[in-house]
Amino acid sequence: MQRKQSSKKSKQSLQVQHSNQTDLSAWRKGKKTDPEKSLQNRQSLSNSQANENKQNSFEQAVSYFEKVQDPVSLRKNEALQKHLATVESTALEKGLPPEAFDVLLNVALSGKMADAVNTRLLKSLIPASVIPESSLVSSVSWLCVSKCSGSIQLLFIRWLIAMFDFIDHKDQLHALYGFFFSFLQDEKMCPYVCHLLYLLTRKESVKPFRIRKLLDLQAKMGMQPHLQALLSLYKHFCPELVSITLPGRTKTYFKNSEGPWKAAMSTIRRRNQEKSPVSQPLLLGTTQHQSRKRKWNTQLILPASSASTSTLAEVKDKNSDLYSISESFPVEQLQTFPQLLKNIHHLELPSQMGSVLTHPLLLHYMNCIKDESIYLRLHYWMGQTLQEECTWCVADSSQYEEEFKDFLEIVHKSECFLQEGFSSCEEFLYRSLPFWDGFCCRSQILRLMTWIPLSSFSEMKSHLYGPLAQLFFTSSLYFKCGVLESLKELLQNWLNWHMIQLDSESDSHGYSLNTTLSGLVNVVAELIHFVGRISTIALRLESNATFLLYFILDFYETVCDIYLRYNLPLLIMPPAGVFYPALLSMDSVSLNQLCYIMYRYRTNLIAAKENELIKKKILQFKFSSQTYQEYNQYLIAMVGCLWTSNAFQKDVHPQGLFLDEEMLKKTRVQDFKTSFNIVYHPALMGYALLFLQQAWPDDNTFNFSLIKGRKWNWYLEYLYAQGLKGLKLFIESSINRVSPTSQSK
Amino acid sequence: QENAAPQKAASLLRKQWSLYSVTPLYRFSGARLGEYARLLGASIAAEKQKGLAVGVGVDLDVAVTFRSLPELRGGQRDQPAMLVQLSSRSSVSSKSSNEKLVWSGCFCCVSGEDFSENVPEDFTCLPLFLANGAENYTAMVGSWFQKTFDCHFCRLSISPLNLSWMAAMWTGCSVEKNACATELIFSVPCLPQPLDISYAIHPEDAKALWDTVQKTPGEITQEEVDLFMDCLYSHFHRHFKIHLSATKLVKVSTAIASAHCKGTIKFLQSRHLLGVLMLLTELAISQIQ
Repeated sequence: MQRKQSSKKSKQSLQVQHSNQTDLSAWRKGKKTDPEKSLQNRQSLSNSQANENKQNSFEQAVSYFEKVQDPVSLRKNEALQKHLATVESTALEKGLPPEAFDVLLNVALSGKMADAVNTRLLKSLIPASVIPESSLVSSVSWLCVSKCSGSIQLLFIRWLIAMFDFIDHKDQLHALYGFFFSFLQDEKMCPYVCHLLYLLTRKESVKPFRIRKLLDLQAKMGMQPHLQALLSLYKHFCPELVSITLPGRTKTYFKNSEGPWKAAMSTIRRRNQEKSPVSQPLLLGTTQHQSRKRKWNTQLILPASSASTSTLAEVKDKNSDLYSISESFPVEQLQTFPQLLKNIHHLELPSQMGSVLTHPLLLHYMNCIKDESIYLRLHYWMGQTLQEECTWCVADSSQYEEEFKDFLEIVHKSECFLQEGFSSCEEFLYRSLPFWDGFCCRSQILRLMTWIPLSSFSEMKSHLYGPLAQLFFTSSLYFKCGVLESLKELLQNWLNWHMIQLDSESDSHGYSLNTTLSGLVNVVAELIHFVGRISTIALRLESNATFLLYFILDFYETVCDIYLRYNLPLLIMPPAGVFYPALLSMDSVSLNQLCYIMYRYRTNLIAAKENELIKKKILQFKFSSQTYQEYNQYLIAMVGCLWTSNAFQKDVHPQGLFLDEEMLKKTRVQDFKTSFNIVYHPALMGYALLFLQQAWPDDNTFNFSLIKGRKWNWYLEYLYAQGLKGLKLFIESSINRVSPTSQSK
Repeated sequence: QENAAPQKAASLLRKQWSLYSVTPLYRFSGARLGEYARLLGASIAAEKQKGLAVGVGVDLDVAVTFRSLPELRGGQRDQPAMLVQLSSRSSVSSKSSNEKLVWSGCFCCVSGEDFSENVPEDFTCLPLFLANGAENYTAMVGSWFQKTFDCHFCRLSISPLNLSWMAAMWTGCSVEKNACATELIFSVPCLPQPLDISYAIHPEDAKALWDTVQKTPGEITQEEVDLFMDCLYSHFHRHFKIHLSATKLVKVSTAIASAHCKGTIKFLQSRHLLGVLMLLTELAISQIQ
């Protein structure tokens, strides 16, 4: 009667859970639809072929064990032999259904049978899905009345450890902590009980009297790895009660308990891989030994461990109320994102904030709480660590360069994750850049630079631009390109940050923070002017290297779109020292890039002008007429060069291409007027040549003047088809085509 | 305030202290010193016998005491200083009689209010840390503080510029007769063998020189310090034809205190203890800011 009830109950709960757990009926169904396994079944099933029969025999076996009263000898009782064999084969094949555990554990631990039977029973207790907690509670009560022998007790504990992950709930098991604890007394059981306690221990399980008991055991038995492990876990939870330093080398602290069930376990694991509960035991806080000269602060990367200070605050109350359950969730147990979500309201921060850097979940947490002290703690630690470890600022530390690199790498990763620069990094850069050789940890430093925070009061000029410009001019082409790349990312990070600020402000303040906005515009402008200056000089130094020009124009691709893409009222044209080398570049990539940039400038400037016209009220920020004028000068030069073939006459830019007729004649260059149009431009002449070969395959004279009229349009289409999209956008937007017929093509 | 010779602070005198800067302690409470002592004691015991757990509060062979030194501060706005002492006890005899002081450390803040008032409530500013005793004890205590209060310890070295300030300031303090000589030690760089030059001056002569340099009493400027040092250098050059300005000042010792550039100090006079600590606090704060 009782038996039926329990099976019914578990059936209900299974339905509610909607999981693929197996009860007896499901087991039977599964058997039917699984013909593959019948081959294996044959050997274990000696007297029955039908699956139905097999199921029945298992049910019979369970009910046999349920009813058995008196000790029966295995050798003489065929019924027992048969039923035991059934249980064993079922367990190995398929695992036992949850309902079976109650009965079988009762038999195995009640001492009714001989130890040989009990052992075989325990060894075959392999779950098909889960082990119901209720069956364990009754087992522990059997254990406490000592009806079974010591070896069975031991086997049960090992079984419990091996099957720990398969227990459906653990609340009642936690309530039995004290009972398990009492088994520590037994010398043989002690290692396994320690392991079980290690799995069960929660913060509220750690009590002064338990610590005293463990210390007594330690005094009696000496240094034992299982005691060390349990004590170090106790220390994790309650550093105010016990202290332990684990010896350096990590070793296994617990003997493997899985032995008898290993093969079966792995098949089950494979079977319910997708749903198997992942239990990750707490990491033991072993300190890594590094051969550093320093005696302390040996670790750059801190491990995350619970704050001992916060527990200190509670310790008084806790001791008075022995059974109060501590609210906070220790960081050591934080392993998965769902855990973070579930415990976010009472998550305990690590004792050392520096440890968040290598803990992605804590970084998530940091991202969503606004607590000044968190950032301040991190700030102090990081500031000091950077200062102390900086390999070029501190003597005799060059041997730790690799370690420092890794550290910078981690810091940068965290900044990317948080999308925010650390102020301690900014200070570190300002402090250390004047002493930097531009070589040590180069890529790390350049990447850290991209996260310098944007603040409206600017000390950048003296702290960053000065030392950086010195290094920039004296270093290789690749360093120059690296610096330009970082500065581009810095600009983008600032602009993104500004966008986010705009979004968050529009809800509350609107456009009220004009003062800071103008400050902000100034800081951004300062950066762009700085890049303009160093780019001009760098192009001269590197004789207009295409590689360098690419990085410079890449920077301006961001600059030309600031108004429309980032909603910041700022447009700065590239200096003539950048514009003209790009316009006269030998490389079509640069010319194409320049065309695209000019097209975007045009779009931005037109949008700005329209906005000015629409909004009658005076806007705080208006592009000065100088910007328009500069753009127009460049545009005239470009159109003059590429299209109308009168660059030398029309260019009005003071640093432009204007040359008077007399001078041009002296050069004795024929057709100088056309020499930079889209046919003759050195960057495009290659295309013109290929076009000629395709259009006039028989003509070997390379008569470029053939490209005109309709052919000119064909040639344009040809250029566009070669991937010169920038050129296309530029010509279509900035040049008024005389003949509309070309459009029809 | 400099005249009040702090009784308890006498334990700081005539000992060689290593200097550290410490970032603000998070959630430190001056009311819980006893508790901290027990925890630190257990932590040290566990560290010493690696692998064996130690219960907190049991009798150990190293006793830890935390003591507040409220008189060791610049004013009410500074945190009271804290003295941490480790003493070894022989397990055989009774507790108090056979204790031997093996290590001491002192956290303090003298006139650091500009800094401490700008940090949030949860933080306690004791930016200067002095340690005397075996370095492995310093490491154990420091690590424990770092873990417990999320702070960071950093060696505090004294730059030659700051040493010259100390030389000038301490020369200017009036001292008793028969005071020991003012001694400056310079190290000559770029030599295969290290070469130190010791420059000893009679304290009264040094004071006379300083008095001619200093314009307004109670106020010192960088120009005055430079002029004072230049005078000493030119005097030395006249006699030995050595330009001390090309060497590095590594140590200053006067009747007030003696300081070494690698970050050690010895206090010699209780009357000027607070003054020296104030200067060191300033250096510590500038390192952590």
